[in-house]
Amino acid sequence: MGNSVGLIDRLKENLGGKKTRGAALAVLFAVVAILPLFANNYIEEVMTNTFFYIVLALGLNIVIGYAGLVDLGYAAFFAVGAYTTGIFMKMGVDFWFTIPISIVFCIIAGIIIGGPTLRLRSDYLAIVTLGFGEITRIVARNLKITGGASGLVGIERPTIFGHKLYQITDFYYTFFVLVILAIIIAMRLHNSRLGRAWQYIREDEDAAEAMGIDPVKTKLYAYMIGAAFGGVAGAFFAVKMTAISPETFAFTQSAMILLAVILGGMGKIPGAILGAVFLVFFPEIFREIGQMRMLVFGILLVIIMVFRPQGLWPQRKS
Amino acid sequence: MSLFYIVIQQLVNGLILGSFYSLVALGYSMVYGIIKLLNFAHGDIYMVGAFVGFGALGIFGSILGVGWLGITVALLISMFLVGLLGMLVHRIAYQPLLNKRAPRMSLLITAVGVSFTLFNGVMVMTNGEYKAFSTSLGYEGISLGPVNITYTQIIMVVSTAILMLVLYWFINRTMYGKAMRAIALDQDACRLMGINVTKTISLTFFVGSALAAAAGVMAGVYYGSIHFYMGFIIGLKAFTAAVIGGIGSIPGAMLGGLILGLLETAGTQLPFVGSAWKDVFTFGILILLLVSKPTGILGKSEIERM
Amino acid sequence: MSILEVKKLTLRFGGLTAVSNLSFAVEENSIMSLIGPNGAGKTSAFNCLTGFYKGSEGEILFKGQSIFKQKPHKITKQGMARTFQNLRLFKDMTVLENVMSGMHSRTSAGVFGAILRMPSQIHEEQKIRQVSEECLEFVGILDKKDRLARNLAYGDQRRVEWARALATQPQLLLLDEPAAGLNQDEKEQLVSLIRRIRDDLGITVLLIEHDMGLVMKVSEKIVVIDYGQKIAEGTATEVKNNPKVIEAYLGKEDEE
Repeated sequence: MGNSVGLIDRLKENLGGKKTRGAALAVLFAVVAILPLFANNYIEEVMTNTFFYIVLALGLNIVIGYAGLVDLGYAAFFAVGAYTTGIFMKMGVDFWFTIPISIVFCIIAGIIIGGPTLRLRSDYLAIVTLGFGEITRIVARNLKITGGASGLVGIERPTIFGHKLYQITDFYYTFFVLVILAIIIAMRLHNSRLGRAWQYIREDEDAAEAMGIDPVKTKLYAYMIGAAFGGVAGAFFAVKMTAISPETFAFTQSAMILLAVILGGMGKIPGAILGAVFLVFFPEIFREIGQMRMLVFGILLVIIMVFRPQGLWPQRKS
Repeated sequence: MSLFYIVIQQLVNGLILGSFYSLVALGYSMVYGIIKLLNFAHGDIYMVGAFVGFGALGIFGSILGVGWLGITVALLISMFLVGLLGMLVHRIAYQPLLNKRAPRMSLLITAVGVSFTLFNGVMVMTNGEYKAFSTSLGYEGISLGPVNITYTQIIMVVSTAILMLVLYWFINRTMYGKAMRAIALDQDACRLMGINVTKTISLTFFVGSALAAAAGVMAGVYYGSIHFYMGFIIGLKAFTAAVIGGIGSIPGAMLGGLILGLLETAGTQLPFVGSAWKDVFTFGILILLLVSKPTGILGKSEIERM
Repeated sequence: MSILEVKKLTLRFGGLTAVSNLSFAVEENSIMSLIGPNGAGKTSAFNCLTGFYKGSEGEILFKGQSIFKQKPHKITKQGMARTFQNLRLFKDMTVLENVMSGMHSRTSAGVFGAILRMPSQIHEEQKIRQVSEECLEFVGILDKKDRLARNLAYGDQRRVEWARALATQPQLLLLDEPAAGLNQDEKEQLVSLIRRIRDDLGITVLLIEHDMGLVMKVSEKIVVIDYGQKIAEGTATEVKNNPKVIEAYLGKEDEE
């Protein structure tokens, strides 16, 4: 493990120059953009899945990395987004109109869970978010409108400019665009007045408050934006899968997204991306371990926290 | 059944459920009290306890029978082994971070990792199947009109009470108990006074995990089947119980567990709650409580110094 | 005219009364000190004024408006800034970023501004940067603006705290033991800085301080408290010769 970490450190150092980094990014972008021309369906499927987790990881990174808030129920927002889109599409609403609705519902969910609890200590927040995630799943399983335990099936595929998205390549590009948007938004938020406010609060909440920053409101923003990310990802997830069920959004799902963020390094955009890539690729490469996958993840999480708590991606130096 | 008997029946059910919650809540509260860690893996420790007890009963059941003698031996074995597991987890996963004075969030995430490991480890070993916890205990008991209180139920509640009394004695009367309480107040001062802090924390994990294992075995005996998923929800509930009582407080955890058990069984009787929504109901209580009185019933409020 | 009026302020922690029936007023455009032996309740009183503690009884008026039991960030927004006795910098951020935090309550860009990079938001960012740099210039560490706060010498870290408080553009600045840990040279600079804050920026200053020499030199009025109560009030000479003050200090000092 030490070796591979050293490798990434060295890689970063070599890519330290702005020019080389820009060039490397351009090459990476080009490769990802033309990949479907060469790759088979399997690779496209894996990549699409990776994109999807990148969006979720970037969203959760805002909550836990930027604002320093523990969230063990992030899948709940992703569920709210997926179900909202699914239900409204069943009612005949066009997919693209369901996205803003999903976002609004997710933000409301974020306020419901965050509003009363963000004043609490971080460990209480962990359990509350965990419970909220579970409640969301139980509610989805018990309500008629969400299709009960079997979930929603037969969700329509969306159309864009008269072209119906149904092949894997269509979704590959759709999710690729989503990733790029998510990266831009995450970067811009990070370098903004709000992004700095999150960082102040994370570093020293009392000092931040003495500077005139309202901690509760600022944290709530992190929750709402994180929720919105989850909502958008959920909406696209619903139309890609065409079927959703409550068990997709179990605690394991939240834990996986959390792992992606921690693995890469909290608060770092390349870290969240790297984490998501690892999360999807690892079980694909080690297919034979099957059931052991989650066990390995658990052990990995402990090892990372004990030996390299800052994650795989190196720290910003100054 | 008249309302009176329904109340009696639910009181008994609530008491049993509350006993399990209390035993698990104690481990949360003790660990939180001493190192301010929400030991996320504690619910899984309870689950492992049930499986170890199941295994022990399988081995010794053939010699001692699957009655009370066999169960008691299995319970003690499970408590001991799972206590050791708790210590192991502390040494491997938490102590290195405590040594580094890592942020609390790192510690919490490590605990999530431990939970994941235990949970999936048992899932792999059992292929995710339910295991029937078969015993020779019958349904004889005391009848109160239509209500039947079995001897098993009575013994469960009495055993819980005994374990709690032993714990109370241990915490308040022994050297180790005093060291635990002292560390909760000021770790650095304890180090200067020559108290072996790491060892005492380890011991706390042993005691907390052993109690959870006891609850796990008892729950296995009482409900008749165990499953790798059984620790997840009870972990959540027991934490709620610990918070209700005031986290960090030992009597608080006992009281909180009983209150939650009774509330929950009462909740399932409400027409708009029912069993499908009972977890949502419990959870609503937790959120309400955290918002209105985060220190719990017996917890002390702390004033932070600038 | 008084910018701050404290009336019969009382603060209890359980059975302990940290501040008891304390009243005093701070004149606009003055430099005033709150002093007292260790554990006299100075910092507790300070924390009540800035909203970090909720006082039990009494009234606090800032610019004629009650700020009693208000939240710290609201009080800051109304024009009262503070520093901390133990440095409370954002250690893993640069000096400039630290000071930029002060401008938060004077600006308004939100989520959409950040995502869409609207002209008003870009303009605001420039403004935040500019004001913060001016504040750093004022305390004399503009050349260190890109260093991480944790890598600065102690004296410079103190300056970052002052600059950060100034960046909130306050009318009243509360300094909690600003001289703690500074050497003689730095203390001299602090005295002139406090004067410049008042004279050049027109900000009223209230400080808590242990260093008697500094207090006597810089304050126009001094309030002495002991056991949470006011025992004397007046100019430096008046206070120095007050028998109650001498008793409080001589009786306490060796217990520290």
